[in-house]
Amino acid sequence: MLELRGVTVRFDSTRAVDGVDLDVPVGGVLAVLGPSGSGKSTLLRAVAGLEELAAGSVRYDGRDLARVPPHRRGFALMFQDGQLFPHQSVAGNVGYALRLRRTPARAVRARVAELLALVGLPGFEDRSTSGLSGGERQRVALARALAVDPRLLLLDEPLSALDRGLRERLARDLREILLAAGTTAVLVTHDHEEAFTVADRLALMRGGRLVQSGSLEEVWRSPLDAEAARFLGYATVLDHEAARRVLAAAGEPSSGGAERRVALRRSALRVVPGGPLRGRVRSARTTPDAVRLRVDVDGVGEVDAVAAPDEPVPPSGREVTLTVDLSRAARLGADRTRRPH
Amino acid sequence: MSGSAGRARGGLGIAALAALPLLVLGVFFVLPVAGMVGRGFVTDGRFDPVAVLEVLGRPRVHRVLWFTVWSSLLATAVTVALGLPVAYVLHRLRFPGRRLLRSFVLMPFVMPTVVVGVAFRTLLASSGPLGALHLDGTPAAIVAAMVFFNLAVVVRTVGALWEGLDRRREEAAAVLGASPLQVLRTVTLPALLPGIVSAASVVFLFCATSFGIVLTLGGLRYATVESEIYLLTTQFLDLQAAAALSVLQLVAVSLLLYAARRTRTGRDPALVRAAARDASRPVGRRDVAVVAVTVVVLALVVAPLAALVVRSLRVPGGWGLDNYRSLGRLGAGDSVLVPVSAALGNSWRVAVDATLLSMLLGVLVSLVVTRRPRGGPARRAVGVLDGLFMLPLGVSAVTLGFGFLVTLDRPPLDLRGSVWLVPVAQALVALPLVVRTLAPVLGSVDPRQRQAAASLGASPARVLLTVDLPVMWRPLLAATGFAFAVSLGEFGATSFLARPERPTLPVVIYQLVSRPDPSSFGTALAASVLLGAVTVAVMTLVERLRLGSVGAF
Repeated sequence: MLELRGVTVRFDSTRAVDGVDLDVPVGGVLAVLGPSGSGKSTLLRAVAGLEELAAGSVRYDGRDLARVPPHRRGFALMFQDGQLFPHQSVAGNVGYALRLRRTPARAVRARVAELLALVGLPGFEDRSTSGLSGGERQRVALARALAVDPRLLLLDEPLSALDRGLRERLARDLREILLAAGTTAVLVTHDHEEAFTVADRLALMRGGRLVQSGSLEEVWRSPLDAEAARFLGYATVLDHEAARRVLAAAGEPSSGGAERRVALRRSALRVVPGGPLRGRVRSARTTPDAVRLRVDVDGVGEVDAVAAPDEPVPPSGREVTLTVDLSRAARLGADRTRRPH
Repeated sequence: MSGSAGRARGGLGIAALAALPLLVLGVFFVLPVAGMVGRGFVTDGRFDPVAVLEVLGRPRVHRVLWFTVWSSLLATAVTVALGLPVAYVLHRLRFPGRRLLRSFVLMPFVMPTVVVGVAFRTLLASSGPLGALHLDGTPAAIVAAMVFFNLAVVVRTVGALWEGLDRRREEAAAVLGASPLQVLRTVTLPALLPGIVSAASVVFLFCATSFGIVLTLGGLRYATVESEIYLLTTQFLDLQAAAALSVLQLVAVSLLLYAARRTRTGRDPALVRAAARDASRPVGRRDVAVVAVTVVVLALVVAPLAALVVRSLRVPGGWGLDNYRSLGRLGAGDSVLVPVSAALGNSWRVAVDATLLSMLLGVLVSLVVTRRPRGGPARRAVGVLDGLFMLPLGVSAVTLGFGFLVTLDRPPLDLRGSVWLVPVAQALVALPLVVRTLAPVLGSVDPRQRQAAASLGASPARVLLTVDLPVMWRPLLAATGFAFAVSLGEFGATSFLARPERPTLPVVIYQLVSRPDPSSFGTALAASVLLGAVTVAVMTLVERLRLGSVGAF
């Protein structure tokens, strides 16, 4: 397993990565989620051996890798833009690592064909890399990275450069390929959808520090703070009285005294007749999945809400009642998740 | 406006821009070269190709051809081998003083060839610092000087490409298990190959047509085709043989240029850097070997220049400025007609005229060859013009000067006495360099930027001013500096064309070193230091503009 302890990377005077502790068990897929500039890519490069550690250690299967250069670590790194070698064909790229290991040509050909089939590009061997679409390039890069069964696969924003539909499809494929190959992987991304699709563990980074880590469920259900919640796709964070009202409306007893904060997704409040909350519609818009509204809820403030798409769109100013779907909400900073010190 | 009318207008615009350069090229390039070709094939008014074959059968000509080929190949190989580590250190590593070193490496390239020749003779003479090696007057000295002169071409061309090479491509290979050497072999070198091929072909071209270096270092024993043409014309007055060699060289060099163009794939390697981020990193432990090589190479660059400066301060019985004092006077019983100071004045005036002319032509040519008209015929025309304006690069300066001499000497174009003859010749020699500096940058401006400006209401003049000029002013100044330096040091064509009472400084230096007496050689040393210093001063001004890597070939 991969163990990071106090990993710190300095660029001149700034600490790009600052004392990060993380574990990834064999066969696990960890997503490191953070905004750009949070140090997540630098962390990945440090694990690959491409950045020098100012402090801390990177261990794999108990062995400290400080003195092991990148090419001896047995890892593979896949870059955001693939970084395919333009002077080689698709087969040349995929078989690159195999040829470095002096694999016989027949075996290389067979393995390349197998890998291309795995990533959904059978028969692409003789194509030139310049003619590939963005999605195809990333698939080739993935096949290249998987060629020699790396003991750890590092993925640096592998899908960010692709458009939305392709990204969602490829994220599912990626998850299946990683599971099928049993690959241990660390994925770096700023897109929480991607993280949730591909990974089974999640780590949040901000300003070079690890903010929160745990299983998908743990982090998802209990973001550490408002910023973490927003980054995980929650639209609104309520505190004090507003939070208490929403929880009460959902039937959750107030746990008296302790300050509670609640993060809501845009679909956490639903317009239903006779709901426990009351509010006035500010604006409404029809989308394919639901009617999306902004509602000024009494004692809570202006928040997002949805209504079923088959109902008529309520006009602005209409009084509505709402119910709370707690599966679309999260309580912040609950103790179930491990907080780094 | 209909599409065909628009295309016609675009074609007219190109024709208008191309008119002046075409006229100049026709009169001062095609005519002289054609006249020279005619001389080779016509004897007593009759077409007589046998005479050319007779010249090409001479044993001395065989020796000259063989020497030209092997010395140029060797010099090219050594230049590339030494240039690559230097390019790596100066463009991939980050350390204080890097910019200074980059401009320092450029220095030999703009040094007048005569000065380089004199510097190497000083260094290698039996009384010089490296006299013990007994290299003076050997082919090794010539090859060493060629390497010295051309190192900058490799460092700049390959360095620019290397700098723009995304480091992550190499990292991807390393993480897949490639050792540093495997990364170099399988990823870096293939990516650099276009730049290396392009630089090597330019270096080979410069070596094969090098003139001033060979003439000052090889004397009569070792000659390239270029210096042989000069000797045949001025010493042996065998114009037909000279013409035959010129034709041969013209054909060979044109073929080489064509081949180099074909291998250069698609985009100009110097411009791939546009979008790349700084890929350099601090010097680390693993760079020891490559840094050591660079230090040695840089020491080899310093050595001849240092020897030149030091030796110029030597006077009989000690040190002094006597050599410099003699710059203002004529030596006793001299074949040199003017003092060095007057020759420098001539050089300066000629260089100003030549620079103005080559910049005027260069800007027009660059505007023409970077247009991308829609219509097929117009686009083909631009392609032809592009090749045409590069031709002076393929034709040696000596051939050009010789051509001027044999064709522009009778009415209606009797220019023998004209003060314009030398500047025009020098402007043509500098033209390809100017175009190669301007056109790639001009071509890299995304046409959509111009379209965006036009759609926002900018007139064509305003587009030029607000879109093109902001990216062009630095290359413009750089090209001006290059043209000026080339003109100051130009020796090949000028040696034919300069009038005896108005010689330029390189011509005077050559005359001085050709004389046996030590006081003349001393004056030549001081004059070389002076010419070198002026050239370096001009180039330093240009370098201060932070040109980065524009001006690669």
